[in-house]
Amino acid sequence: MEIHEVRAMLPGVFYRKPAPSDPNYKEEGDAVSKGDVIGLIEVMKSFHEVISDADGTIRAFKVENEDAIMPGQVLAEIEG
Amino acid sequence: MPVNVKSAGLATTVQDLGRPGYYHLGIPIGGAMDRLALRAANMLVGNDEGAACLEAVFMGPELEFNEDTLIAITGAELPPKIDGEVRDTWTTLKVKKGQVLSFDYLRAGARAYIAVAGGIETPANLGSRSTYAIGALGGVNGRAIQPGDVLPVGNASVTIAEGTTIPANLRRGPDKPAELRVLPGLYAHRVSERSLDRFFQDTWKVASEADRMGYRFQGGAPIEFVDREPPFGAGSDPSNITDACYPYGSIQIPSGTEPIILHRDAVSGGGYFMVGTVISADMDLIGQLQPHTETRFVKVNMHTALSARRERAAAIENMRQALA
Repeated sequence: MEIHEVRAMLPGVFYRKPAPSDPNYKEEGDAVSKGDVIGLIEVMKSFHEVISDADGTIRAFKVENEDAIMPGQVLAEIEG
Repeated sequence: MPVNVKSAGLATTVQDLGRPGYYHLGIPIGGAMDRLALRAANMLVGNDEGAACLEAVFMGPELEFNEDTLIAITGAELPPKIDGEVRDTWTTLKVKKGQVLSFDYLRAGARAYIAVAGGIETPANLGSRSTYAIGALGGVNGRAIQPGDVLPVGNASVTIAEGTTIPANLRRGPDKPAELRVLPGLYAHRVSERSLDRFFQDTWKVASEADRMGYRFQGGAPIEFVDREPPFGAGSDPSNITDACYPYGSIQIPSGTEPIILHRDAVSGGGYFMVGTVISADMDLIGQLQPHTETRFVKVNMHTALSARRERAAAIENMRQALA
């Protein structure tokens, strides 16, 4: 099994769900496909989707919902 | 020699040194957030210092070159890659016909300037190619670049040696915490003395609402206002004033909670009091602040502000000498 890391392209605030009252996009253990949205980054008054660039299963999220993040930081690990 | 945009980055715009002279009509100067970095990028490829470059924020675009040329990346530490190979910032780089420029993850700063020998020659509006998206002026049809755009580039006049570099001591970025020098005034009398002192003592953090129009800060103590009867035309909130002009660099604090510094794409007027103005010498630094960056406002007087302005002009002259 290979571990693929999804990294942040942008600095900002990371969200795991599309709106405060909505469920998370993905939970640990969920299957993901290339192109699936796994979170949002808020920066410069706008929200940018974090897209999985691998197929597999989400092994872990490495940041919490609403954490401040830096470019290049690992957001999630995908096992596939 | 056009450049093909393969991917655009976040909000990559064509910028030069802006369009002064229309602010009284509500059209801001615009132009590079970090003017020193734009000048440096142009110097490194033999352009006029005010030639149009691309300003990339937080992440870079992917660009394909149709001819051999020189390029330079300055400002933020956003490592350029030519056909996947990482190259230096603040350095004259050669690209060959068909090669692709892309970027690695941002290491420091916020805005990188991409100069191409000959300068980007999208049409100018009101004397400038700077993109002012809200007014649909400059840039590519008044907007940020998009995949599929073809950017026209002028003819290179001067050839600079590959590997020419701006010495590290002449580059400038924010310290940690960032320090922005502020001349108090305008409506500082609206704030209690104790609260004004506190404003300058607190450490603030850049909020995620920070763009070319303004930079918002959080984390300091709320402002305590001096009691008053609202003047004619002012709103009832203690942070309201009768509408007035907003200078570039002015710091407004709506409802006394989160300061906003107006930057190159500023609105020209409105109804919030301003506690002071960031000095011109430190405006470039704001353009390099990432969200969450710790920032302090340092109180200075006019004498310090003017000597800092002279120091910045001398620093640009030193850069010219270093490359001459």
